Amino acid sequence: MAAGLEPLDNPAQRHYEQGLIERVRNGEHEAFYHLIRPYERRLYAAAFVILRNEADAEDCVQEAVLKAFKYIHQFRAEAKFSTWLIQITVNEARMRRRRDHDDILEPIENRKEEEGSYTPRDFADWREIPSEALERQEVREKLGEALRSLGQIYREVFVLRDMEQLSIEETAKALGISTASVKTRLLRARLMLRDLLTPGLGGPWSSRISFAKGEKPW
Amino acid sequence: MVIKCEEVWRDVSNYLDGEVEPGLRLAIEEHIRGCSRCAAVVNGTRNIVQLYGEQRMLDVPVGFSRRLHQRLESNVSASRRTFLGWMVAAAAGGLVFGSFELASSSALTSPRLRSEHAQASNRVPPDMTVIVSERGKVFHVAGCPFIHGKSNLLTISARDAEREGYAPCVRCMKKYLDVSG
Repeated sequence: MAAGLEPLDNPAQRHYEQGLIERVRNGEHEAFYHLIRPYERRLYAAAFVILRNEADAEDCVQEAVLKAFKYIHQFRAEAKFSTWLIQITVNEARMRRRRDHDDILEPIENRKEEEGSYTPRDFADWREIPSEALERQEVREKLGEALRSLGQIYREVFVLRDMEQLSIEETAKALGISTASVKTRLLRARLMLRDLLTPGLGGPWSSRISFAKGEKPW
Repeated sequence: MVIKCEEVWRDVSNYLDGEVEPGLRLAIEEHIRGCSRCAAVVNGTRNIVQLYGEQRMLDVPVGFSRRLHQRLESNVSASRRTFLGWMVAAAAGGLVFGSFELASSSALTSPRLRSEHAQASNRVPPDMTVIVSERGKVFHVAGCPFIHGKSNLLTISARDAEREGYAPCVRCMKKYLDVSG
């Protein structure tokens, strides 16, 4: 996505969006496309994390955007347009998941909030993984694999907050949960990912792949 | 303030987000200076958050934006056509029967899609063999990885699939949908 299309969270952006919303409400339907364009990636990410399938996520975003267009007159200026859009997308994705994938829903215990504290594993000889490592396909695959292994409630929060950079409050609104729940789930998600990735990235699997080729791990 | 390892683990996420009180922040920093395990937890977690933040694992598929735009456009213009059709019928006959007839003929030529907003196509070869699932909304070429409901698949012609209201899969039927290239 071009840099100019990234969403801007500032008063000028909100004013600009409000102007576009008014134009759409006054029948200038083309303005709606400009309104949603900066958020397409976020909407796709929100749908994908729930549906876990590219084609379903794309179709879901299309339906959600059409619903947003249909109900644009119900949008209230005091809300944030991007959060409203993501809420609609999350609801659409959840509805589809219930309708189409009842048979593959995660076991109930995976969806239930885990109680109690989480004890992170002891990796005192931890080494930092530099950003350049992301250029390597196997590193990206490992990150994707670790993310997919999280329970749904943790994955949703982590993707919206840490990958799509929503605030705690926006994440809570988008998912229909409290900010306290977002924080609890985020803590658990981050620690679980760290536990899953730190030993692998710093040790056995990277050594196996990279040292076998006579390269440094990063 | 002296804190235990468990307190660091409990607040590591809030600490990384800058959401802890200054006193607790200082206590965490003091603690990790003397505790290699907690230093590994805090710095390792920060590292993971940074990596995922930079990573574009969830980039939209190629053509996503254009297809979204097309669907929006077709939906908006469809609602305009409906309104226009009603106006034309009303003006021509001034009769309820007029508008009814227009609606009926339109229903005969373009079947109602199973998905309200699916993108129809008239470019798929009518005799092409396609795969549908009984509860699905979309038809596919054989072997498309996006076929759902694999236990109830039927092999029919594209003509029959479209007649039944199935829309072409945006993946495997892409070349028939890419009007703008």
